[in-house]
Amino acid sequence: MPQHPTNSAAAGVAAPPATSPVQLSINGQQHTLHIAPWTTLLDALREYLHLTGTKKGCDHGQCGACTVLVDGKRINSCLSLAVMHEGDEITTIEGLGTPENLHPLQQAFVDHDAFQCGYCTPGQICSAQGLINEGHAHTEAEIRELMSGNVCRCGAYVGILNAVKEVVDKGIKN
Amino acid sequence: MNPFTYSRATAVADAVRDKASHPDSEYLGGGTNLIDLMKENVARPTHLVGLNKLPLADIEALPDGGLRLGALATNADTAWHDEVKSRYPLLNQAILAGASPQLRNAATNGGNLMQRTRCYYFYDLATPCNKREPGSGCSAIGGYNRVCGILGTSESCIATHPSDMCVALAALAPTVRVSGPNGDRTIAFDDFHRLPGDQPEKDNNLEPGELITGLDLPAKGFEKNFSYLKLRDRSSYAFALISVAAGLELEGNTIKDARLALGGVAHKPWRDQEAENMLKGQPATEDTFRRVAAKVVADAKGHGSNDFKIELAKRAIVRALKQAAEGNQHAADVFLNSNP
Repeated sequence: MPQHPTNSAAAGVAAPPATSPVQLSINGQQHTLHIAPWTTLLDALREYLHLTGTKKGCDHGQCGACTVLVDGKRINSCLSLAVMHEGDEITTIEGLGTPENLHPLQQAFVDHDAFQCGYCTPGQICSAQGLINEGHAHTEAEIRELMSGNVCRCGAYVGILNAVKEVVDKGIKN
Repeated sequence: MNPFTYSRATAVADAVRDKASHPDSEYLGGGTNLIDLMKENVARPTHLVGLNKLPLADIEALPDGGLRLGALATNADTAWHDEVKSRYPLLNQAILAGASPQLRNAATNGGNLMQRTRCYYFYDLATPCNKREPGSGCSAIGGYNRVCGILGTSESCIATHPSDMCVALAALAPTVRVSGPNGDRTIAFDDFHRLPGDQPEKDNNLEPGELITGLDLPAKGFEKNFSYLKLRDRSSYAFALISVAAGLELEGNTIKDARLALGGVAHKPWRDQEAENMLKGQPATEDTFRRVAAKVVADAKGHGSNDFKIELAKRAIVRALKQAAEGNQHAADVFLNSNP
């Protein structure tokens, strides 16, 4: 497993900082990363593990593109340090389905035309899985409110709502 | 972010000791505000004491009929807890009115009290801010201050405390449990946060190195007659311009006990005990509520772009008290309708 950030070969980049080993369990696989403590969970996923499905949008917890599941609960991975998550089970979009075997939410997003550019989609789907795990949203109004932490700049909200509602209605847990 | 070291505490005493041995260190709970402030270079700790494995995430009944909220219980787990929903629905509503599901899943109860203001200038390193850099001046006074305070402000600072949860807590009046280098103590919630005065860099009355370990709610939860009314620029995922937490205890139509706290108006969650006393013994009528609302904002001062908050606060107080008196608010299932 490569242990270097993808930009470390660039000219003029400062010497890498002191690192320490951090054990992370991602999508059921154990990883040992040698990273600085200020590495966010998002950067650990993208830059060290090359799990680039999780997206960096605002990097300030405002857009939801970086949403992942920690022990089944959705959080913003940009506002969390990787070192905080030793012992946790982290699920990213790569852990929810495969191109050959789509997760029900992924299939529903395709069926309902729930994206245009697709940049927010992994976060939307992880967030929707978190919403389903929480079990508090049943009506359209409740789904709208409890998906409010995910912004879609293309404005595909109608499709997103329909996709999430379909999976909620089918009672598919995961 | 600036470089820092990190250690994971496994016991409260270790956390307090570790913090005391590192100057310029901070406790790290859920991280949803602190990590953001570090990315913005507003906070520049050189060491973080990681708290998230401390055994402080429980919510448990107290012998006096109250409820203890662990400092590391997440905002989400607190809001959806059965005892909170049934006995403190005001708290349930306030928490769910704030932030987003993702943030509430990470943010902790202790961290909710410790979050910093969202005043634009506090985040803007290019402008003076007495809270960020004591003595540099206040850019909000005479600047863009739509989100700033109208009560208890000073010439140094007009920032507001941004929390929804803390407005409900101000009304419910728990005690805050803390551990520090000099031992354990409790702080009445109303004494926890402070007004800016000439030291706006201090948000609260914690002593250096003290750590919040929990909140003890008293038995009385105003679960029959309450309202959390939040008014904001969009209907979800926005900070309050004005929020009101109201709790009433009624005998017939007469008010036996009352709690009233406002958010978005001051440097601390603004509980007005004089207004509460004015309500006691009075009929629960719009006339009563209008008189009380006028009293709450009697000393309010606008700063230009937030002048509207004075009238808005007055109307919000009347509406929240009416909703509380009607007694048809419920936990959880009405969090969508806080702006009916």
